[in-house]
This record gives sequence, structure tokens and C-alpha cells, in this order.
Amino acid sequence: MNRVDELYSKWQRRKLLIFASLAFGLVAVVLGAVLIGPVAIGPGTVLRISAYQLLCWLRPGLRSLPRPWPSSHEIIVVDVRWPRVILGMLVGMALSIAGCTMQGLFRNPLASPYTLGIASGAAFGAALSIVLELPSYTLPALAFAFALLTVFIVYRIATARGGVPMETLLLAGLAVGSFFSALVSFMLYIAGEKLASIVFWLMGGLWASDWDKVFIALAPILLGTGGIFLLSRDLDLLLLGDEQARALGVETERVKRTLLALASLVTASAVCVSGVIGFIGLIVPHLMRILVGPGHRLLLPASCLVGAMLLICTDTLARAVIQPTEIPVGIITALLGAPFFVYLLSRRKRLLEW
Amino acid sequence: MMQLRIKGISFRYDSIQALEDVTFTAVGGEILGIIGPNGSGKTTLLRCINRTLEPQVGVVLIDDRDVTHLSRREIAQQMGLVPQDAAITFPFTVLEAVLMGRHPYRSILGGETPRDLEIVNEALRLTNTLHLASRPITGLSGGEQQRVIIARALAQEPDVLLLDEPTSHLDINHQLEILELVRRLTKERGLVTLLTSHDLNLAARYCDRLLMLERGRVYALGTPEEVLTPANIRQVYRVEVEVTRHRSTGILQVLPLSSIEGDRV
Repeated sequence: MNRVDELYSKWQRRKLLIFASLAFGLVAVVLGAVLIGPVAIGPGTVLRISAYQLLCWLRPGLRSLPRPWPSSHEIIVVDVRWPRVILGMLVGMALSIAGCTMQGLFRNPLASPYTLGIASGAAFGAALSIVLELPSYTLPALAFAFALLTVFIVYRIATARGGVPMETLLLAGLAVGSFFSALVSFMLYIAGEKLASIVFWLMGGLWASDWDKVFIALAPILLGTGGIFLLSRDLDLLLLGDEQARALGVETERVKRTLLALASLVTASAVCVSGVIGFIGLIVPHLMRILVGPGHRLLLPASCLVGAMLLICTDTLARAVIQPTEIPVGIITALLGAPFFVYLLSRRKRLLEW
Repeated sequence: MMQLRIKGISFRYDSIQALEDVTFTAVGGEILGIIGPNGSGKTTLLRCINRTLEPQVGVVLIDDRDVTHLSRREIAQQMGLVPQDAAITFPFTVLEAVLMGRHPYRSILGGETPRDLEIVNEALRLTNTLHLASRPITGLSGGEQQRVIIARALAQEPDVLLLDEPTSHLDINHQLEILELVRRLTKERGLVTLLTSHDLNLAARYCDRLLMLERGRVYALGTPEEVLTPANIRQVYRVEVEVTRHRSTGILQVLPLSSIEGDRV
């Protein structure tokens, strides 16, 4: 066995160890979050209800079994806590992988899922739906549509002269984002008594989670995440700059376009069901880059798992701090995220070379 | 023997004619040095050869196969590039960096094959970087980094090796080390090696032939003695030089005397 084989199998083992421990952590966090809530339900009951529902879903014939718990508890566990935790998992995953992708694409640690103005676009769509008193299902639909529209406009502006120039994308994202922010401000100004709902949406949160939202977000987030995973090696090569990536066989323009599209899809899907939750998409990739290194084959899935854990934890905190009411999770992520970010910056000379 | 043929390449950036009708042939086992002043088109020429840039006119042939019809992936299987300023700012390990040379051979779903690992091991051994394999590339010296980048290019299993000023950031010790390595690899593996350089003395010493560019055109092509004449250098670089042979080693030496003021004629 030569030196390279030796190092390679060591690397494989390390990868397995990291994934196994992160997956274990995620399962623990999910279970923990389902057990906690303003209504005191014993852990045994929560688990029994969950197991019962899972079995019934797999084998509908089992529904006739006796249920020795109050039906209100069952509703809380099945229709409140579980969708909320699963949505938190999906959104945390989505924001982290999108942030990781954007930072890699822009080769800039300040890039985030919202760099292309997606948040402002989505906010405008949501505000439109609220102000015009459209039916509630239009809110995620309009948020999603305007999020993607924003990215599309930004992309068209930046690529008008050919190629996919990343600096121009950054600036176009800033400009178009500001434009939609101004529109959102205008909506806030004319919103009247609907002001509060828009503001709550802008802060981002998972309080209105239900299974519908989970099903809206599920497919595009898993699809986008899977697609990004497949391009993780290309993303590594893009970090070297276009010339080297091309010389190593990467169709740079096509890969960048695809990654931008996938990251936007994933971000828009998350934002349309949870509002604008900040900092997760900025911090998680940073943290994981320090822990597992710059290679995206490890970095992307690790970011996904940790992002999911982190959002579920902060959301649990958000509903546990001031019971029975709750704080929008966006506030918590920023409150905890900002100091943590400063801490990372102060260590950056040693641990991050960019 | 492997042949790289460049036929009538012209390239314009917006309004600037960077290359005009460049034609030459290089063969396996040969180092062809590309020299010329700043802005004469050396780097542009390398980029047109590996299709990082699309020349408006002209073809690149590897053994009669037109590179134009190949995908980037297929080109990367035939040509390895050691770019100028390859400074990698991300702390990939040396092993990860050299494994990137296998990218053009991998399918989207496949991982590394035993063959990939074997080739990478060989590339590291040839460039004397095996002992660095687990270190982050950002922590290496300039000479070590350059050897790693050459190892990455070798992992591409190329027929053609392109080096853009491979020694410009290195001290004289590492300059010689890198060029010795490139010469050895070129001879052993029968590679066609093209390298650009600003250092006429090093180019004279390590290249089998030189191509002198002036404002995007081939001004001279031939052995170092034929190309590095005071008259050629005066015309192309606007510098008066004395060209001598070192008494005991016979190495060609270019000694710059004075720069010439005024426009080119």
C-alpha cells in the first residue's frame, strides 16, 4: 500500500466518522426539539404518538388500535411540533447549502444565500400578498415567484455582455435587491393594520409551520441539494479561479449557471415558507470550513447537517425563551450569529486563508 | 512521435490584436520556450492552445486531431497547465490538490478509482512531493507549491504540458530545480512542453528551441543560438545586449547593456 492509498483511506474514514457523528447529532436534536413545547406532554407520550402515527402511515389498518392519550396532545405532536421541526430541518439545510455554494462560487466569505437580492424579492412577493389581502396560499407562491424573478433579473443584467462575471453579479444583486427593498418599504408604509404581519414575515420564523409548507419545500430543496452535491468537485475547482478550472476540464460558465440556479431554487423554497432567516447561511459554511476543510465533498453535506441542527436548536430556543409566546427565530439567529461571526473573524488569520 | 501543430492562430481582445497568424510545430520530448516582452502575447498564446480562449482564426492539432472539436474535459485529458501565479489561497491538502488533476477523467457520480490514486502517487513521486501529501498547500514554500502544481498537471496524464512563467516567483535555487524537473519529465515521458519565460538566460539553457514573439507575431523561431542574437533582442526588446558563451560550460549568456529609448521601427 503506497502513501496515497494510506492517506486516502484515512480521509475516507474521517469522512465516515464526521457524517456518522453529525447524523447522530441531528437525530438527537430532532427528537429533543419534538419533546419540548409550551404544552407539557411527557416524553413517553410524544414518542408513543409519533411511533403510532408513523406505523399508521405505513400500515393504515392499524388506525383501529386504542389511543390512550388526549386527542389534543396528538394534534400538538403530529400537526404542530413535527412539521415545525421538519420544516426547520429543511430550511436550515437549504440556507446552509445555498450559503456554502454562493461563498464557493463568489470565492468570497461574505456571500450568502441572499447575495443576489433573493430576500428582498421574496419579501416583496410576501408583502404584496398580505397588503392586497390575497388568499393565504398566494403568500408562499408570490414570495417564491418574486425570489426567482429577482435572481433572473440580476442574472440577465450581469450576463448581458456574455460570460458569467461574478463581480457584476454581486453588484447587480445589490442594486436589484435595494430596488425591491424600497418597494417593500413602500408596502410597509401603506400597509396600515397589516404592518405587523409583514414585519413578522420579514423577521423570519417557523411558527406557522404545517405539513403543507413541508410538502411545498420538500421536493425543490431535496432536488436542489442533490444537484449541488453532484457538482461539489466542480465547486472545488472553481475556487482555483476560472483559468485553472477550465484547464482541468470544468465547463466553468455552465457549471456556474447551474450552481446559481440550484442555490436560488433552494433559497427561494426555504424563504417562501419561513421568511427571511438570516445568518445561518453565512455562518454555517464558515464554521464547517474551519472544522472539515475547504473540500466541498465534505463541506456541503456537513454544512447541511449542521445547518439543520442549528436552525432546529435556535427555533426551539425561540419558542422556549418567553413562553407561551415566542420570538421570531430570525432574531435569535442574528443575536447569536453576529457575535459568533465576529469571533470567527478574529480567528480568521490562522484558520481561514481568505 | 507526438506532434503539436499550431496553424495560423489569431486572437483579438476587443480592438487589440493580441496574436496574429502564429504558426509553429513542437514535437514530443522537446521544450519549446516562448519569449517576448510584456504584452507580446505569450500568455494569450498558451490560452489559445488549451482553448481557455477561443482564437478567432487558426487551429491547434495534436497528432492531426483538431482540438477545436474537443470538449474542455477531453482537452484537459491531453494538456496540463501550470498557470502563472497559481497561488492557491484555499487550504486544500497537497493530495486533494493533485487529485484535482484527475477531474477530467471522472464521471459525475464516481469517486476516485484505484487507478486515480496510483497515478496521483506516481505524480507526487516524480515531483518529489510525496512527503508533503497530507500538508495544506497554503503552508508550502513557493518552490514546493510549484512542484505540486506540476504534479497536478502530470496527474492529467497529458501529452502536452503548458507552463506559464513557471519560475518567475522563485529564487535561483528553485528556478533550477523546477526547470530540471520539467526537462526530465519532458524527456522521460515524451511530452511536448511549452513554457513562457522572461528570463532569457534560463530559457536559453533549458529550452531546445525558442519562439520569439513581437506584438503577437512570430519574430524568430529556432535554436537558442539562432534566436537570441543581439540584433533580434534589440529589435524585439529594445535592449542592447551582449551574447556570449560561458567559457567552461558552453552555456549561452545574455548580458543586457542598455535600454534603447524611442519607438520601435
